[in-house]
Formats: sequence, C-alpha cells, structure tokens
Amino acid sequence: MTAFATTLFHALIALGSVVIGLFASVGRLTRFALVVLGRIVRPPWYPAQLVEQMLKIGWFSLPVVGLTAVFTGSALAQQIYIGGSRFNAASTVPAVTVIGIVRELGPVLGGLMVAGRVASAMAAELGTMRVTEQIDALTTLRTDPFQYLVGPRIVAAVLVMPLLVLVSNALGVMGGFLLATGRLHFNAAAYLNTTAQYLKWDDISSSMVKAAVFGFFIALMGCYHGYHSSGGAAGVGRATTNAVVSAFILILMANLVITVIVFGS
Amino acid sequence: MTPKIRLRDVHKRFGAKVVLDGVDLDIATGESMVIIGGSGTGKSVMIKCILGLLRPDSGSIQVDGAEVVGLKGRALAAHQARFGMLFQGGALFDSLSVWRNVSFALDGSAADRRAAAVDTLARVGLGADVADLRPSELSGGMQKRVALARAIASKPEILFFDEPTTGLDPIMADVINDLIRTLVTDLKITALTITHDMASVRKIADSVAMLYQGRIVWHGPRDGIDSAGNPFVDQFVHGRAEGPIKMQLKRL
Ligand SMILES: Nc1ncnc2c1ncn2[C@@H]1O[C@H](COP(=O)(O)OP(=O)(O)OP(=O)(O)O)[C@@H](O)[C@H]1O
Ligand SMILES: [Mg+2]
Repeated sequence: MTAFATTLFHALIALGSVVIGLFASVGRLTRFALVVLGRIVRPPWYPAQLVEQMLKIGWFSLPVVGLTAVFTGSALAQQIYIGGSRFNAASTVPAVTVIGIVRELGPVLGGLMVAGRVASAMAAELGTMRVTEQIDALTTLRTDPFQYLVGPRIVAAVLVMPLLVLVSNALGVMGGFLLATGRLHFNAAAYLNTTAQYLKWDDISSSMVKAAVFGFFIALMGCYHGYHSSGGAAGVGRATTNAVVSAFILILMANLVITVIVFGS
Repeated sequence: MTPKIRLRDVHKRFGAKVVLDGVDLDIATGESMVIIGGSGTGKSVMIKCILGLLRPDSGSIQVDGAEVVGLKGRALAAHQARFGMLFQGGALFDSLSVWRNVSFALDGSAADRRAAAVDTLARVGLGADVADLRPSELSGGMQKRVALARAIASKPEILFFDEPTTGLDPIMADVINDLIRTLVTDLKITALTITHDMASVRKIADSVAMLYQGRIVWHGPRDGIDSAGNPFVDQFVHGRAEGPIKMQLKRL
C-alpha cells in the first residue's frame, strides 16, 4: 500500500471506532434512562428529596437565569432596532423581541445556564458518592440509588424548568421593554400592546415543552455521568465536564428538533 | 447442612489484572469467619462480589443454597437487603447527620429512629452528643464506629465488616471486637470480617481463611492459626518480612 492509502486506512479505522464508541454510549445512556423511568413510577418515593432538589435547581437558579434573560432581551431589542427595521420599528421591535425570547432565547439560554449550574453539581455530587462507595452503601441499606438519588433529581428538573423559563421569558421581554422605552423612546403602552398582540399560546406552550425536555436532559446528564464516574477526584472532574458538555449539546439539538416540529410546517 | 454462604471457583479480574483466581469458601450459619491476607489481595473485592456490588467473571456464589451471581433488579435488591456492610472507607452519607446515617434503613417516626440511632451509637462507644453532627465533623476512628453502627442498626442476618478496627486505639478496638463477638454469639448472626489485626482475629473468629494470590490458601479454626503448619499463615500471623509472601519492594 502507498503511504497515502495507509494513512487513509488508519483514519477510517479511527473514525469507525469513534462512531462505534458513540453508538455504544448512546446505547448505555438510553438503557440508563429507561431504567430510571421504570423505577420512578414505582414506590417508594422520596418527597423530601424531591423538594430539596426543586429548591436547589429552581430557586437557586433564579438569579442567574433572570440576569441572563434581562440582558439578552435588552441586547436583542437594540439589535432589532438597528437591524434595518427602523422604518417600522414601533411594531417590529416588540414583536420580534417577544417571539425571539419566548420561542428560542428564553428556554435555550435558561437551559444552558441551568445546565452549567445543575448538571455539573449533580455529576460532582453523585460522582463523589460513587467513588466514596456511598452509592454502594445505599443498596445495602435497602435503598435503590435510582429511586433515592436519580429519580428526585430528574422529576424536580422536569417540574421546575418550565417555571424557570416562564420567569426567564417574562424578564427577557421586560429587558427589551426597558431598553426600548428608556433608550429608544418607544411608547410604553403601545409597546406592551404590540407584545401581547404577537404573543400566541403556541409560543408559550412550545416554550414550556422545551423547558421540560431540557430539564430532563440536564438532570439525566448530571446523574448519568456522576453515577458512572470512577477513578477518584480526577474521575469526578471528568464526569462534571462531560455532564455539562453533553447537556449543552443535547439542549441545542433538542431545541432544533422541537422548533422544526412545532414551527417548521 | 447447606452453608449460609458458599463460593465456588469465583474468578474476577479488572482488565489484565487477575484479582480472584478460583476462590472456594464456605461460611456456616451463625459462624464468625475472618479473612486475612496481604493488602491488595482482593479481600474487599471478594465481599463485594458476594454482596452483588461487583459481578464475578465466572464461578458460583450461593446464599442459603440460592445462586446470587447474575441477580438483577428487585431480586438483587432483596439479596442486598439481607446484609449489613461496614465499608473499608466508612462510606457515610456526608450530606446527612450522624443519626440519620445510622437510622437510614430503619422505619418509623423520626423520634423513634433517632432514639434507635442513639442506642446503637452507644454500643460502639459514641455518646448522644455526636448524633447531630455531620460525618465530616468526626475523627477517622469515630467515623468508622458510626459506619459500624449503621451496618448493625437494622439487625441484618449477615454482617460484613471490612477492617472494623483499623484506625482505632487498642482499647476501642477491643470494645469493637467484643461487640462483633456478642452479635454473633447472642444474635446468631453470620459474620464475615476482614482484618489485618491479629488481636481481632483471636477475639472474633470461629474460623479463619487466608487469601493469597486470588485463592484461599488456608482455612481452619481460630486456634489452628498458630499451628497451621502453613508457611503463608505463619508468616502473616507473625508479621515477618521474610517468607513465601514476597512484597514487591525495591531494596535500597
Ligand atoms: N474497581 C476496581 N477497578 C480496578 N481494579 C480494582 C478495583 N477494585 C479493586 N481493584 C484491584 O483489585 C485488587 C484487590 O483490591 P482489594 O480492594 O480487594 O484489596 P484488599 O485485599 O481489600 O486490600 P486492603 O487490605 O489493602 O484493603 C487491587 O490490586 C486493586 O487494585
Ligand atoms: Mg480492602
């Protein structure tokens, strides 16, 4: 074989093993998700754990999610104003801002922010419990780690993310409103009126669906990588990174899929 | 009579590293078995295989005559619920207070569970004052005793202790040895203890097994360890550097 053919051959082998590895991890992840879903529906349930996780995920994410939404909403309004639509600004700025925020930026940015905070924390917590044998200890103490640790985290994330995104949407629109009325001299009543006029129920419900799906992926990634971590502190660090990166990717992919399904036709 | 726990030809490896290489062992009901053996010979791996936390590559493990290798889901959970386990590293839940750790597997109202936890803590020489502390606020030896209290609190029928006296002062170690002996004698619990501490062996064992290079190289009653006539056991019991067990050392 020529050197070129050899190189090509090796490249193909490398590519093949990457693809096989990808399918293998998708398979493992799917199995993990199915096991979790199967256990969540069966008692015992742990309401105290659920409430604790809802507080951790929801309440303590409010500042960062809110801040992101306000700043992004303002910046968005400013750009739309600049972006060649000055002639029809009075209706374009509020309309595009509310649609952009509610349909896309509210859920996506909220999801990414929560993923950064929560998926990493879950992976670190479960990962530490794994390497210090606390997860093994649970099973000898008549407790299923899926029901006690993973279930409450996933249910809490799915329940709380829509509420967070609702707040994120409201604050994002408010950010645009403040900038438009404060800096660009829009009429406040007209701005709100147009906003309400362009906002449809479909926008809100698709936003909530996205949020719930993102919440599921965030908690799933945090728990999956934490649960399967190994190799001491370095392993927990790897699990944390992988949880955040994979949650980001899944959120962006799921967002595209839902957007195409809901608004594409 | 079927033994409580029976291992036959159990093999376990991690990658290329063979850890268990054909372990055969019988533990009778109500017996206190002690496993001795050098560091890294696979003692902890062996009890994790019995508990179903690790899956052996081949071989059979039976509890009360029923095969446990390959159990899944609820059957595995039911199997694991029969054991109390003291992990070598304690494995205390660091997000829960001491009493919640100890009473983790108990049912009932919080007040009842707390009272039961305080009782159990007293048995391992800890006062009620530690009940509301976090595990991270305790010394290493205190953590070990909390973990021991957690293992015995739910009164399981089989108890595994992975190095129960490591890190304890000699007096407290003796208290723990007495406790384990009492559990076996009075409550008819079957116990499997891993230890390097010969004082422990003499106090708590009915029988002793020695693990070396993945196999049980000697197995006999406690009083046999001094006259085992087995060079591995002799070297271990007397703690000699010279003998058939070679330490992987570089000479200076
Ligand atoms: N999860 C694992 N992955 C890879 N190797 C492992 C794993 N667990 C244990 N080992 C290896 O198996 C061997 C036996 O470990 P084990 O913990 O059973 O030793 P031990 O007999 O309990 O030693 P010690 O007395 O020091 O506690 C060690 O060489 C260890 O490196
Ligand atoms: Mg060990």
